Amino acid sequence: MLLVRCFTCGKVISASFDEFKERTENGEDPGAVLDDLGITKYCCRRMFISHVDVW
Amino acid sequence: MNIELIEKDKERVVFTVEGVDDTFINTIRRICLVEIPTLAIEDVNIFKNDAKMFDEVLAHRLGLIPLTTDLDAYVMPSDCDCESNCSNCSVSFLLKEKGPKIVYSKDLKSDDPAVKPVYDTIPIVRLRENEEIELEAIAQLGLGSEHAKWQATTTCGYKYYPKVTIEPGKCSDLEEYVESCPRNVLKIENDDLVAENVDKCSTCRTCERLSEKDDDAITIGFEEGKYIFKLETDGSLEPFEVLTLACDILSDKADNIKNFVMNEEE
Repeated sequence: MLLVRCFTCGKVISASFDEFKERTENGEDPGAVLDDLGITKYCCRRMFISHVDVW
Repeated sequence: MNIELIEKDKERVVFTVEGVDDTFINTIRRICLVEIPTLAIEDVNIFKNDAKMFDEVLAHRLGLIPLTTDLDAYVMPSDCDCESNCSNCSVSFLLKEKGPKIVYSKDLKSDDPAVKPVYDTIPIVRLRENEEIELEAIAQLGLGSEHAKWQATTTCGYKYYPKVTIEPGKCSDLEEYVESCPRNVLKIENDDLVAENVDKCSTCRTCERLSEKDDDAITIGFEEGKYIFKLETDGSLEPFEVLTLACDILSDKADNIKNFVMNEEE
């Protein structure tokens, strides 16, 4: 479970997480997927690429 | 006062404002951030939670889900006549799911069809085989000054409008300048360096430092009284709605002072 919002700016990021996970597992470049999903700020992008699923 | 729109979509608006000062634009920014009421889940009654996620974490996740807000239909709980949670000041959501599945924000059943989560795909909790979850969540209006979940805007800020001054004919090695700019603001026109799309400039001063060899041909500064304002909402309200409300709130406050003066003079 990704956190619902970005730590820094508060943008709702978890709504795009399933798509991000699916597409990166299929071998797409994570940076390009994030651009495509409209996650443009670096605070939100680090939430995705540094996420470890524990819950 | 001169306002120009740069870009706008459903959740984001960028515009320039000219002819105001810091104090004014900062007031608008602060009102947008913390004084616009929105709906968010405040109370959660958990009847059953078998998931390995703790109740507190679950309630916190629910609170952070943005809800579509109709400000005409609800009043702040502090302004409501009821003792607690009537239909004028609160919306109730029911969630009853059985695993194995991932519970998403779309599974929240609202008792007012106009109020629902802005996004359907926010994962709330993962349930394994035979795990059940049953809860009632109550959303209320609130202000961002009390908790960030009620903030209508995510990022809301302004910056000074950058000013790139290039002394004509002084720069040498123009290609080097063009390549050095990380925002691609500089370009070559008629064998001289010019700045375009100046609003993209981050005032990093890379070109200014580079121009030391050319007798400081480039200076980076700021336009006096001109700002680029960026506003991004969490989806509960539209950006222009937030801006209009912010201005209304400001003028209401000014009206209070006006009324006070009028009463004193009588």
